[in-house]
Amino acid sequence: MNENKAPLLEMRNIKKDFFGNQVLTDINLTLEAGQVLGLVGENGAGKSTLMKILFGAADILETGGYGGDILLDGQKVSFSSPFDAIAAGIGMVHQEFSLIPGFEAEENIVLNREPKKPNLLDEIFGDRLDTLDRKAMDEIAEKAIEKMGVSIDRHMVISSMPVGHKQFTEIARELSKEQLRLLILDEPTAVLTEREAEALLDSIRGMSARGITVIFITHRLQEILSVCDTVAVMRDGVLVEKVPAAQTNVQEITHWMMGRASSSSASGKAAKEDRRDGKDARTALKIRKLWVDMPGETVRNVNLDVREGEILGIGGLAGQGKLGIPNGIMGLYDAGGKVEFEGQEIPLNNPRKCLDSSFAFVSEDRRGVGLLLDESLEWNVAFPAMQIQNKFLKTYLGGLIKWRDEKAIREITEKYIDELKIKCTGSKQNARELSGGNQQKICLAKAFALEPRLLFVSEPTRGIDVGAKALVLNALKKFNRENGVTVVMVSSELEELRSICDRIAIVSGGKISGILPAAESVEKFGELMLSNVI
Amino acid sequence: MNKNTENKTPLNWGAMLRQASVPIMFIIICVICIPISGLSANMLINEIITRMGRNAFLILSLLIPIMAGMGLNFGMTLGAMAAEIGLILVSDWQIIGIPGMVLAAIVSVPISVLLGIFCGRILNQAKGREMITSYIMSFFVNGIYQLVVLYLMGSVIPIRHASIKLPRGYGIRNTVSLLGMRQKLDNVLAINVAGVKIPLLTFIIIGLLCLFIVWFRRTKLGQDMRAVGQDMEVARDAGINVERTRIISIVMSTVLAGLGMVIYLQNMGNIATYSAHSQIGMFCIAALLVGGASVDRASIGNVFLGVILFHTMFIVAPRAGAYITGDSMIGEYFRVFVSYAVITIALVMYETNKRRARNASGQRLAAAQKEDEEKTAGKEGEQ
Amino acid sequence: MTESNTMKDKIAEGLKNFGVPRLIIAGFLLLLLIMAPFVGADLPTQISNIINRFSWNGILVLAMVPMVHSGCGLNFGLPLGIISGLLGATLSIEFGFTGGFSFLMAILIATPFALVLGSAYGWLLNKIKGGEMMIATYVGFSSVSFMCMMWLLLPYHSPNMVWGLSGKGLRTTISLEGYYNQALAGILQINIGNISIPTGTILFFALLSFGIWAFLHTKTGTAMTAVGSNPVFAKAAGINVDGIRMLSVIMSTWLAAIGILVYEQGFGFIQLYMAPFYMALPAVSAILIGGASVNKATIMNVIVGTILFQGIVTMTPTVMNNMVHMDMSEVIRIIASMGMILFALTRKTEASR
Repeated sequence: MNENKAPLLEMRNIKKDFFGNQVLTDINLTLEAGQVLGLVGENGAGKSTLMKILFGAADILETGGYGGDILLDGQKVSFSSPFDAIAAGIGMVHQEFSLIPGFEAEENIVLNREPKKPNLLDEIFGDRLDTLDRKAMDEIAEKAIEKMGVSIDRHMVISSMPVGHKQFTEIARELSKEQLRLLILDEPTAVLTEREAEALLDSIRGMSARGITVIFITHRLQEILSVCDTVAVMRDGVLVEKVPAAQTNVQEITHWMMGRASSSSASGKAAKEDRRDGKDARTALKIRKLWVDMPGETVRNVNLDVREGEILGIGGLAGQGKLGIPNGIMGLYDAGGKVEFEGQEIPLNNPRKCLDSSFAFVSEDRRGVGLLLDESLEWNVAFPAMQIQNKFLKTYLGGLIKWRDEKAIREITEKYIDELKIKCTGSKQNARELSGGNQQKICLAKAFALEPRLLFVSEPTRGIDVGAKALVLNALKKFNRENGVTVVMVSSELEELRSICDRIAIVSGGKISGILPAAESVEKFGELMLSNVI
Repeated sequence: MNKNTENKTPLNWGAMLRQASVPIMFIIICVICIPISGLSANMLINEIITRMGRNAFLILSLLIPIMAGMGLNFGMTLGAMAAEIGLILVSDWQIIGIPGMVLAAIVSVPISVLLGIFCGRILNQAKGREMITSYIMSFFVNGIYQLVVLYLMGSVIPIRHASIKLPRGYGIRNTVSLLGMRQKLDNVLAINVAGVKIPLLTFIIIGLLCLFIVWFRRTKLGQDMRAVGQDMEVARDAGINVERTRIISIVMSTVLAGLGMVIYLQNMGNIATYSAHSQIGMFCIAALLVGGASVDRASIGNVFLGVILFHTMFIVAPRAGAYITGDSMIGEYFRVFVSYAVITIALVMYETNKRRARNASGQRLAAAQKEDEEKTAGKEGEQ
Repeated sequence: MTESNTMKDKIAEGLKNFGVPRLIIAGFLLLLLIMAPFVGADLPTQISNIINRFSWNGILVLAMVPMVHSGCGLNFGLPLGIISGLLGATLSIEFGFTGGFSFLMAILIATPFALVLGSAYGWLLNKIKGGEMMIATYVGFSSVSFMCMMWLLLPYHSPNMVWGLSGKGLRTTISLEGYYNQALAGILQINIGNISIPTGTILFFALLSFGIWAFLHTKTGTAMTAVGSNPVFAKAAGINVDGIRMLSVIMSTWLAAIGILVYEQGFGFIQLYMAPFYMALPAVSAILIGGASVNKATIMNVIVGTILFQGIVTMTPTVMNNMVHMDMSEVIRIIASMGMILFALTRKTEASR
């Protein structure tokens, strides 16, 4: 396999920014044929972006490409689409399956690369009228499955397969490509049972023995240590460590993943004096045995107490269920269990009842849930308060007619436009036309207008620029401190939580793995995050 | 973390029964109506055989867009209109018999291809609402067809023979006689079995089309269409040109519908210039659905079962209705009602099944978590 | 400088919002109106015709608005409401009401039918979210063909309505002479030369339009618009999405029932059997010509659209006939209205349907 002296893959000084926002800084990485690299890092550390660059993903090119060079066998390459990357021998198994549900595993393995038997018609109409060579398809699939080393039924239809087998079908599809030399596996074990995950690790060892290089991304550090030759740790867009797997351990890796430069961890301490202890505060919200069926963010058996007047942060890795908690309580996804607010039980699966009990929710899905994109800012700000609390209405005929009070609506909107410094042409502008940060402020204004006693905020700073971020966080803090509103804030950015929260609960594997004061060291949080990752 | 949930579908009798409910309903209607109608078995079978020869080809043209996930192609009338234009021109050129039919088919193909490409492009712009768009499309092209046939033929497009022209000098008459072609295809190799005339050549052609469809499913293009039909995004990621594949499926359907319309009209023996195509789409789709097809799944078997059941109902309903109520119109309206109702039911079933599939995955997850939660609760209890 | 720029921008924006197809249709109508005197058509008569036809059809077009607002799409199921109206009309006559009073009774009798059918229709549409328009079309067709049987079978006896020969089964066309012919149009009718303005009908249309406009300004109306704009947002804001959709369908169905009665009082006849079959399509294309999209519609869209659509329907035959001696109006109507619907369907709407 090693005909050239040059390594199989070399990445030199890879840089990438999204609109001035630096997400990758000078990544240097070298991989030999047959090497297995474990790539770890928190969400947002830049792993996916790095892999997207390697795989020629469209959104990288659309946002201005990347800096630095990628070399394959010592030759500089530049992929303009994933198809180029595939042709060069790179394969990738994504977290989300890319399979045709009604096709057999075999048909999916050779999808759009089916061997064909030519016939007369292809002279006239081209080779799409060749019949499929089922026997050859069978052989390819069989060979690929054998290569993978995990046996799956290649004639089984995808839709009736267990999840793990779907994952293996995807891997077999990549292996069936003759030119495959480098395989990227993005959290492949997340959906597997223990035994299946074990089989996959064996399979990776087998691939490595055949000279296929594997980049293995996972949060399960134990797996990394058992299968990888090398571990690479990324943090904040920088490759912080790259060591042989044999020379490290789980604690050390966690430390590298979470460790912050001294300046940023100071932010936790700086705000400390402002922190509330709150031990003697009443419990405002009591959550018992909550489960939420939110696809990709499943919550299982969560027990949590929120103290009156505090800002409680909920953190954790993506997909572990932290988003499911507010979404489930607010009735947007199927949920079960018991939720009590100030001693009153709140019925689940009923958004109206939650809002009636003076909850408010700022959703992480701004455009999908948070806003009426095609309506004016006035509507967006005033709508829930109007519907739930009959605010901004003029009543006639003894309450029979509830007429929209345009003036009151405009006033409240303009008040928040001023207060939150929302950049817009006026209160009549459509929400769609605002930038992400300003849209987020509108979502906050909407929740503030409800004058809630308990506010859920989900990923309030996702996808917005630094200036807006600070403003949003300050607004939340002010709202909490001045109005005495209890705030539950969910975020994937631990630093952000540490900067404004009083306490932080960490969700892992759909459960609360622990609650710590915000000033606690990052390593402690890191351990909780990885404690029962699924 | 994964959006795909476990999706086991064990043999589900309820689902099977639901699927077969429309054919079963029709069998019941037919069984009740046949004796009441008082038609002799011989006559009934004769009629059904005739109608099968007349319609089967047209209905088969619907299969390919269903395979490509574009639903019921209400735009098949586009092909029918192309065929009518072909036949009108050929009868003006006074070419009769089989050569006339072949020529009409040849004229219709390029028109069908153009209309098919146009329709396919529009449908690519309206993904997710292909059916309503193709349905409106059929009306839109009908307007253009009228413009051509009623105003341009005879004034711009030369039409020589007065027999098909309107007295005012341009435009085509309401009915164009195809006496020279009438059942010419059906009569070749026709055999008579116990008083039942079987148009063998027509059936051979239909058989060939069936073979073509079976073969087509096994080609690369057929496989691509199935892939596109099930998941456009996955197909696109795999490098399949989704838009082009969808256009090809509509073009094929339109061309086949055009050929089918030539067969249909040679059997009828005349063209109702302004109305022949307008009902064709509806009746063909209804027949296919009666045969047990759904919006996303249809087989050749559905076509033939559908032709038999739907047309049996069509033949016997007016007579049975007249016998029961004493009014012949009742039966006429009944069969129209049934056609529409069948399409409505099929569409409703398709949409509710889509929703049911979504809900079911949620419920399974919820149940699994409940179990999980109960387990933990149990454990806690033990402690 | 900046002001002229914004002015320019505003005009450009306005033109963009108005849309190219709409511009073509408005231009075409203007051309017809300018040409009419030159080809020997009497302009006042033509304008009077347009006003009259506007007054007949306006409410049927207005019936699109609630369902569009709640996100149920274009109401291709309009025939269902029309059937409620027809039941009201025929029963009112059957029960022996005459004159203007029969119109009032027709509305009263039609209302419960519209409520019941509308609820059932709304329930169905809530089951099949996402596929509303196609199913609405076929619900309309099925109900029309079902009623074809019922018109024959229901025990109507009024000699003015049943077939003279057999004494049973309703006629295809029933004259409203002596019943509510011109019941609204006759009120405060203005006649100036060749122009006659059916003030009463227009006032009635204005009343209902005002009602809808006012409704959309209330709390529930606001909720309806929000449901159409983003159902998930509405759900998160505690709105009963299905309930609001159901209400919109009932409103649309009731308006269609009233719409057909108003149409009949202007036209002078009740048309039964297959007549309601294609009545949805002109109404759908009228509101689209007026500037509505699959999920946004205003009262202004209704008024502009009905005038443009009816203008073309009335003007083309006369002008074309006089000019080229070819009656191409039907063909032009089909191509323009269907083209408009196709155009609207291919627009990418931001809502999920």
